[in-house]
Amino acid sequence: MADSNGQRVRFYQVGSFAAGNRLLDPEQRTVQARMDRSNTLTSGHRACQGCGEALGARYALDAAMRATDGKLIAANATGCLEVFSTPFPESSWQLPWIHSLFGNAPAVASGVAAALRAKGREDVRVVGQGGDGGTVDIGFGCLSGMFERGDDVLYICYDNEAYMNTGVQRSGATPPAARTANTKPIGREHPGNAFGQGKDMPRIAIAHGIPYVATATVADLHDLEHKVEAAMELRGPRYIHVFVPCPLGWGADSADTIKLARLVVESGLFPVFEAAGGEVVGVSKIRRQVPVEEYLKPQRRYAHLFGDPPRADVIERLQAIADANIARYGLLEDASDIDHTRVGSTSDARERG
Amino acid sequence: MDKPYAITLDVGSSLANKTGSWRTERAVYVDRMPPCNDACPAGENIQAWLYEAEEGEAGYERAWRKLVEENPFPAIMGRVCYHPCETACNRAQLDEAVGIHSVERFLGDEGIRQGWRIESDAEPSGKRVLVIGAGPSGLSAAYQLTRLGHAVTIYEAGSLPGGMMRFGIPQYRLPRDVLEAEVQRILDLGVELKLNTTVDNALEAMREGGFDAAFLAVGAHIGRRAYVPAGEADRIVDAVSLLESMEGEERPQLGRRVAIYGGGDTAMDAARTAKRLGATDAVVVYRRTRERMPAHDFEVEEAAEEGIEMRWLSTVKHFEGGKLALERMELDESGFPQPTGEVEELEADSLVLALGQEADLSLLDGVPGIEVSDGVVQVGPNMMTGCEGVFAGGDMVPAERTVTVGVGHGKKAARHIDRWLRGEAFEPGPRHELATFESLNTWYYSDAPRTVQPQLEAARRASNFAEVVAGLDEQSAVFEARRCLSCGNCFSCDNCYGVCPDNAVIKLGEPGELYEIDLDFCKGCGLCVAECPCGAIEMVPEQI
Repeated sequence: MADSNGQRVRFYQVGSFAAGNRLLDPEQRTVQARMDRSNTLTSGHRACQGCGEALGARYALDAAMRATDGKLIAANATGCLEVFSTPFPESSWQLPWIHSLFGNAPAVASGVAAALRAKGREDVRVVGQGGDGGTVDIGFGCLSGMFERGDDVLYICYDNEAYMNTGVQRSGATPPAARTANTKPIGREHPGNAFGQGKDMPRIAIAHGIPYVATATVADLHDLEHKVEAAMELRGPRYIHVFVPCPLGWGADSADTIKLARLVVESGLFPVFEAAGGEVVGVSKIRRQVPVEEYLKPQRRYAHLFGDPPRADVIERLQAIADANIARYGLLEDASDIDHTRVGSTSDARERG
Repeated sequence: MDKPYAITLDVGSSLANKTGSWRTERAVYVDRMPPCNDACPAGENIQAWLYEAEEGEAGYERAWRKLVEENPFPAIMGRVCYHPCETACNRAQLDEAVGIHSVERFLGDEGIRQGWRIESDAEPSGKRVLVIGAGPSGLSAAYQLTRLGHAVTIYEAGSLPGGMMRFGIPQYRLPRDVLEAEVQRILDLGVELKLNTTVDNALEAMREGGFDAAFLAVGAHIGRRAYVPAGEADRIVDAVSLLESMEGEERPQLGRRVAIYGGGDTAMDAARTAKRLGATDAVVVYRRTRERMPAHDFEVEEAAEEGIEMRWLSTVKHFEGGKLALERMELDESGFPQPTGEVEELEADSLVLALGQEADLSLLDGVPGIEVSDGVVQVGPNMMTGCEGVFAGGDMVPAERTVTVGVGHGKKAARHIDRWLRGEAFEPGPRHELATFESLNTWYYSDAPRTVQPQLEAARRASNFAEVVAGLDEQSAVFEARRCLSCGNCFSCDNCYGVCPDNAVIKLGEPGELYEIDLDFCKGCGLCVAECPCGAIEMVPEQI
């Protein structure tokens, strides 16, 4: 429908941010709004209340299932996702799923892809997945090898910024100043996890020059699904890094999982972008910018920054990181426009919104 | 045993693991009261009819039918209602209130254009109800009572139906063809209307006509007078008579310079009418300040745009030889105007008094049990007067005097009369909790400015009685309807279904069938509640 100026009538009521919309063409709604979604990760799993990783995994894999007509195999690293979904002999997975070790999920996925190639099964696609520990630290070498060899695997990292499964220990993805079991804030000198350490996995992936790298969060379903679909249209190694809040490990309310994922983007602390062939080609703009405090405050892992006396100096350093991201990725340009810039998208619900 | 090596258990689905047992709170779908509905004097279900209108062409008739369940005058309302719904609208805290009245007007006009009719399939009750007064309140009551199966006759003292909608509201705000179309639709329902029928005694009229109950809605048509010493040649008229005479054959003669005394909406109407009758100067004289003026802001603004002047803090001392003596006032600490003794002059050919209206209650003389105080009839919560079977509403009972309040009275009285006639009492259902702005998750609504109804340029409109505010075109009306946040009421956005990490929200089907919580697996995390855009889910503690 077009208005008198020839512009599309937007669905202001839900914009394009909600999962569905009765006024939208069914094809424009998210996979998660469909009654026939795969529910690749079904009910009865033992993830904590409000688990961002369970949500992220279902979002991503349901989208991948739809993109491949259900012909999908997943290789899973050790971690929360594996433990809460598959306590022998029960499984929550409703797709072919394989688990081997903590550190070898990318290699296992490569092997599955090689086997399929040997069998001439080009129709069946492979996803490797793991948490930030299994990806950024323990499986790092295997992942880099997978990228380098050009294996036809989409690897998805669900980043909840620490080893939650074993009791919230620091990983290479734990952000500065966060409290974990082994980065406890002690005195002024040690305000949680150290600054200047850790790894920026998406940028490392980009540096491999692979066909597709993207970041996403569980707060923007349309965006996440679009990226999975875009990745499934390509062959070769692809990497998606999904930000998934952990209520237990972060000391946050279970109802705040999506809110925190939204705030981390709106603060600039987690840039959401797409890269192809080694270059960033699209970023999600900040819509309603917030200071980092707004993101940090609801999480007890940052409670020491807001104690007596508050650590304004540390908050300032975190804000500086956010500001650097905003500058590096151009997160604020044309912020009044809600639309994201995208790699050749044909199914952009936002445009109809 | 034919299991593989080292395997001892059958593999099974996690569906056997009923994680619902972890829960201490459960998510429950609710319908909250949208602030627009809450504020509507006519009790319209605004959110519900906007929901239908959002669909565009396919939904307009459904929207209109939903609307006229509560209010038979959408085209009139969309023009003359002061829309308290928009004042209450949650969207105002996001960007701007939804232009509810403009969508209402669009639907009303569409109803007239398409000739949508209202049928009643109610079982005839065999009861007869007398309605006295064919204004908004009386017509609304007649409409609702007919749809409840009662036979209704209206006695109207005037020569045309409409009451204050005709004799109080100028044509530039309410074109008469619109009024007539919407009144006719009520008459087409089978309401009998007897014009030029003045009732001297309500009880006698009931008895003579064999009526089982009566609803009195005679309005307040007598202009309140104030003593202004005046010369013989100096013309003083009251605003009600002026506006009423506009419906007659002859145009009243007010002269080139007209002063209007009063600060309400009627004063604005009178001033704007004077201007249209050819006055070069139309000056409103009011004893307090703009802030304390009872007239609605937009009326004052539109008047100012048309060149109406305002004299604040002034009272009329006397009117002599074409000169008004105005005394300057000062507000005291309690905001009450006090005379200062300073007098200034204003040249005027006539003075219009717009100091409020009173009700003619002579038809209640001798009716037992009637209690009159401050010039209005006292009624109970069921709109019944002290006299059993005699109900009253509109401007003749204590309330804000607007068309919409009148319509609301008529509807409310009709429901009570219906039950009273059946020997029962009408118990309105429990009022839902208010859908506050805080209960919404506004992230999901995209930003949208309000469409503004085009206005006739002030210069053009001041010289004639053409309608000042034009309607929205179809595209703009859909656009405006879709700005509704649907506060407190599910609109099938699928967010709850999407955001549950446990697949514990069951989507029942297509839009309208909504959702159910699967309590076998709901862990009670509260994500669906937090991410529901419109606040239609709440967490309720489990009984342990």
